[in-house]
Amino acid sequence: MRFLVIACFLLFSSVAALAQSGSNETEMRAREVGRSLRCVVCQNQSIDESDAPLAADMRRLVRKQIDSGMSNEEVIDFMRAQYGDYVLLKPPVQGNTLVLWLVPAGLVLLAMGWLVINSRRRIAPDVPELSAAEAERVKSALETDAS
Amino acid sequence: MKPAALIPLAIFLVLGGLFAMGLTKDPSAIKTQMIDRPVPDFILTDLRDETVTYTQADLRGQVSLVNVFGSWCTPCAVEHPTIVDIGQQDVVRIVGVNWRDERAAGQAWLNRLGNPYDIVLFDDLSLLAIGLGVTGAPESFIVDASGTVRYKHTGMVTPQIWRDTLLPIINDLKKSAP
Amino acid sequence: MLAEFGHIALIIAFGVALLQSVLPLLGAARRDSRLMAFGDRAAVLQFILIAVSYAALTAIFIGSDFSVELAAQNSHSDKPMLYKITGVWGNHEGSMMLWITMLALFGAAMAVFGKHLPASLRARAVAVQAMIGAGFLGFILLTSNPFLRLDPAPLDGRGLNPILQDPGLAFHPPFLYLGYVGFSVAFSFSVAALLEGRVDAVWARWLRPWVLLAWSFLSIGITLGSVWAYYELGWGGWWMWDPVENVSFMPWLAGTALLHSVMVLGTRHSMASWTVLLGISAFSLSLVGTFVVRSGVLVSVHSFAVDPARGVVILGLLMAATGGALTLYAMRAASLRGREPVSVMSREGGLAMNNLLLVAATVTVFLGTFYPLFIDVISSAQISVGKPYFDLTFAPIMLLLILFMGAAPLLDWQGKNKAGLKAFLKKAGFVFLIVAGLTAFIGKSVLGALAIGIAAYLAFATFAAMARKVKWGKVSAAQSVQLLRAQPAAAYGFFLAHMGVAIFTAAATVMTVWANEDIRRVKIGESISVSGYSFTLTDMSSGERDNYSYLSADITAEKTGRKTVLKSERRFYPVREMLTTEAGFQYSAGATIFAAIGDGDPDKGFILRAYYHPGVVWIWIGAFMMALAGFVSLFDKRLRRQGRDA
Repeated sequence: MRFLVIACFLLFSSVAALAQSGSNETEMRAREVGRSLRCVVCQNQSIDESDAPLAADMRRLVRKQIDSGMSNEEVIDFMRAQYGDYVLLKPPVQGNTLVLWLVPAGLVLLAMGWLVINSRRRIAPDVPELSAAEAERVKSALETDAS
Repeated sequence: MKPAALIPLAIFLVLGGLFAMGLTKDPSAIKTQMIDRPVPDFILTDLRDETVTYTQADLRGQVSLVNVFGSWCTPCAVEHPTIVDIGQQDVVRIVGVNWRDERAAGQAWLNRLGNPYDIVLFDDLSLLAIGLGVTGAPESFIVDASGTVRYKHTGMVTPQIWRDTLLPIINDLKKSAP
Repeated sequence: MLAEFGHIALIIAFGVALLQSVLPLLGAARRDSRLMAFGDRAAVLQFILIAVSYAALTAIFIGSDFSVELAAQNSHSDKPMLYKITGVWGNHEGSMMLWITMLALFGAAMAVFGKHLPASLRARAVAVQAMIGAGFLGFILLTSNPFLRLDPAPLDGRGLNPILQDPGLAFHPPFLYLGYVGFSVAFSFSVAALLEGRVDAVWARWLRPWVLLAWSFLSIGITLGSVWAYYELGWGGWWMWDPVENVSFMPWLAGTALLHSVMVLGTRHSMASWTVLLGISAFSLSLVGTFVVRSGVLVSVHSFAVDPARGVVILGLLMAATGGALTLYAMRAASLRGREPVSVMSREGGLAMNNLLLVAATVTVFLGTFYPLFIDVISSAQISVGKPYFDLTFAPIMLLLILFMGAAPLLDWQGKNKAGLKAFLKKAGFVFLIVAGLTAFIGKSVLGALAIGIAAYLAFATFAAMARKVKWGKVSAAQSVQLLRAQPAAAYGFFLAHMGVAIFTAAATVMTVWANEDIRRVKIGESISVSGYSFTLTDMSSGERDNYSYLSADITAEKTGRKTVLKSERRFYPVREMLTTEAGFQYSAGATIFAAIGDGDPDKGFILRAYYHPGVVWIWIGAFMMALAGFVSLFDKRLRRQGRDA
């Protein structure tokens, strides 16, 4: 039974070792790059968070590439060349992601537009009439409330 | 009815249609980026002899079937008899990539199940695997004589896939670049 | 026997639901009060039948009757009683049972508590609720029958997925479903109002407590899920922007918008068709969530009961429900009354702005979640949308929203008496600058300073709004206290909820900007240091316990001489062949620290992950404050009084 326990752990364990070397700066940059790369065998995790063996190997490769003098962008571009846009957790701004990036901004602009247009309208001289009509409604609303 | 009142329905129907079409897609299948690109640079040792090294140049010269496997991978063991069969047909050079394995375990696995490979690369740290965009084992690539990846098959190679898909591609490549 | 009994009860419930979805509608059209009254009784009967069926299923799990396939697959005779009961909903069939039990519960509640509503409105709403119920009952009976027998019966069950054997997760689904399904009331009443051709303030006021209830339950459900994922998955994430998380968040966002638009409609008769659309959307998004979780159309860490065939049926139900409702909307939108223009500088103007931004946020989460699927369908391109996208889109929308959240409660309905606003904005700007300046100076982060400054602004504004309600400084302190005590429950609810948002925002910012972690391979005796803490791997042991074997690590965390031992374990469950990691935590109001042991061996060392998470518990405190606020607001006497008088 003891053997079985150990065998199970070995079976499910990864043999990957994390690179211990490297300066603090390499480490910081590797973490940053790791957070923006998707672990391709996991589900919605970055390689920085993932326990998957392939993610560990990708982390090590990222460190190696940074150590060899590649910039963060070059490392990310390398991974993108192998795994495609899929590996990028932040989708690139390009033709087929325009909707994705522009719609949130567009909706906020619409909301702000509504705000601006309506606040202009408020200055219009029909304010007294409006408030008279509203006063009537307040009265009726109050009656409903009080009943 | 005002046309504006139809907007929510229209948006919803488009989304519903996309959802329906989405049901036919497998979200976990990642397409390869490697087709028609050269095999990336690598230096790896032979599984059986760590003093022998290979590079991307060793994949040139003739058409190769590159098969990624590991002794830890159950489907690989299921697939392996087919690869052994292909090896016996002797129509293509077969290059094994022993991926994320222990050297001894990989050797023992081949001793037990048979070794159809002309070359077995030992890739314990996923150096070539990441370069090829591998996401799991088994995966097989067809590399032409110039060292360019021409086809990728994800998952097990079955006799049928070999006969209907891989072999015709290999024959075409052999014809076009003798 | 129990299984057959439960099955039959479910079939009868299906029949009742079918009748209930037709007869009350006929009754409302013909003004036949007996047919309309049938709806009420059918709703109660349908609930009783489904509850009985659900009880039978639970009894099968408790009694470990493994001749029923579902129990054999998901339970085990050695399992603690708690997990036998919660194991019922730890699988697809059982969780669908919980889903419809709650749907029927809300249906019955509509009938029982809606006595004072116009009979035709209630009859129609109860019928719509029954249509949804019939759809899902049919789905369960035809594709996901939980009562199927297994022959021969196995000696023992396969046990519950070990990840699910946790109190946090055990109670996450019921709250989540109470929230999801609770929005069905808003849906049914929106459709009923469209059928009636009338949406008015009375309708809105009656709807508000139901929206509050569903929203509060959903808040609890989402928060429990976040807490659970944090300590159980142990990656150090409290929110991963995972599709399954996102689909529970979208109804919440839409529900939050609905909660506020119902206030405008109930007070000012404005935003009628907007509110109806939100009522339809909140529940439709819940259905989308059900569809996503069960169809496998998106890849998620919360893999659960995935089956594309089920996806087809649920998508069909979604298309029928939402498509039907929106078709009706297209036909009747013009007849909805209450189109009063909303002026910007007023309470309703602020609430309208809040609604627009919340909808923008909902759409953003929707796009971020489904765009990869859509682009794959359209052009076969594969992209991923992860946290960086949401940080750049969702977060700014929320910060903008908070600006309006602060100011709107200081405005009066109809924009009377705007004098105080300018003075307030001056003071609030001052608060923002001081807090942001201090944060930037101490924490050295511009983004952190901005977000924490905005959170401080919201806290200040919320206090200011409360002070205004009790006329603080204008009357004597004693009178203010008296006024405070006289405030309606909704005022307390407002205060709690908005303070919750402020706390949540500040805590989430602190976590995003100042959390720290490290991963290294260490041998026994070696340590990692993270943000002033040193984490030393002091001891390892292995053995067996209950239904798993374990490898346990003692990690001593030390800061300025104070030591704590964190216990982390790798567990292997042989029945399921699953390996899990239990991280060792030390929670505190200041910084939470935790460590998780990974693979390795004594020679090469073990992979150790160590985390420093300042303020993470306040994220959940803030979220629970929002949920509590919803319940507090339910006690508002005005809700009940107005309801009864209507």
